[in-house]
Amino acid sequence: MTGVVDWSVEDLGRQGVVRPVVRAPAAVLSMAGEVVDPDDPAVLQLAADLVATMRVSPGCVGLAAPQVGVSAQVFAVDVTGHPKVRTVHGTFVLCNARLVEASQWQKGREGCMSVPDLTGDVKRAGRVVVAGELPGGGEIEITTNAFEARALQHEIDHCAGLLFLDRVAGAHAIHTRKVYL
Amino acid sequence: MHDDARVDELAITVIGHDRPGIIADVAEVLAGLGMNLTDSTMTRLRGHFAMTLICGGPGAEAGTPAIEDVEAALAPLTADGTLATTVRKVGPEGTPEPPGGHYVLSVHGADRLGIVASVARGLAEFGGNITDLTTRLSGDLYVLVAELDLPAGADVDAIGERLEAVSRALGVEVALRPAETDVL
Ligand SMILES: [Zn+2]
Repeated sequence: MTGVVDWSVEDLGRQGVVRPVVRAPAAVLSMAGEVVDPDDPAVLQLAADLVATMRVSPGCVGLAAPQVGVSAQVFAVDVTGHPKVRTVHGTFVLCNARLVEASQWQKGREGCMSVPDLTGDVKRAGRVVVAGELPGGGEIEITTNAFEARALQHEIDHCAGLLFLDRVAGAHAIHTRKVYL
Repeated sequence: MHDDARVDELAITVIGHDRPGIIADVAEVLAGLGMNLTDSTMTRLRGHFAMTLICGGPGAEAGTPAIEDVEAALAPLTADGTLATTVRKVGPEGTPEPPGGHYVLSVHGADRLGIVASVARGLAEFGGNITDLTTRLSGDLYVLVAELDLPAGADVDAIGERLEAVSRALGVEVALRPAETDVL
């Protein structure tokens, strides 16, 4: 079993392809994703594609398979350099991820590449333990906090067919995005 | 029976082309008339300035200013036709019944006619009272977020089922959950 910090997208040995990002109201964004085999070559390619697409998208700190039109429980995250981070695990992809522990709930503003013109205030756990599988890398558990914890919860939601819009704190908690981050 | 000693409040709306200084202009007019701008809300709706406010008069003795005086004082704002204002008197509201529960409802999906009507009617059938509402059209995506009070003893499961039926008919996603109030 490798740790998440030892995992590298380069180890997949695959060239990631930048895929178009689908926007709400696309049906795939509201469907619960399929459980995947993390060693399936198609999943390894999807992982590489998610990382490639995330990296070419300015300000993108996470991208889930439904956002590239694939109804599967796979997402990429990289919050490196974001001002609200504390713990950072670099670039990684998780399959079949689930929230094991969640505490220290706090409200924060979120955006999403699939809802490009709106942001929303969403309550998320500020400390989480997430279990899942690395593509080609086995079962892992990640303990993290702050912005990385928020990003993980946002992406796990995507894999369950949920958008931040489903969790906004109230009628005055959605905002028209003024600046593209 | 009219009770002259009762202090009415004024309900004012200001809607139109946005520019810096509208709120300053409105607030100065009201202050000049001795009106307290009490509850107000302002936002931009598809770029239009939109403000609704309730203001109280200077006190029981002086009474609330005449509507005509308020309209005359606001007239310079509307002279060039880019802003429209309305002024009317409203009586004091009683204290509402304490709600059985406070909920947040999210609806999103492809824009189509009748989303708000269908959802709001579904809630109204159960006595649900929408207390705050925001809707946004963003490209093809229509988003509705409402806060609502449900009456004491309301069957939340039945309301959820009703909303599910509405969402299936409209082809939109619906999420109803209790509003959280953090008292720190
Ligand atoms: Zn997203």
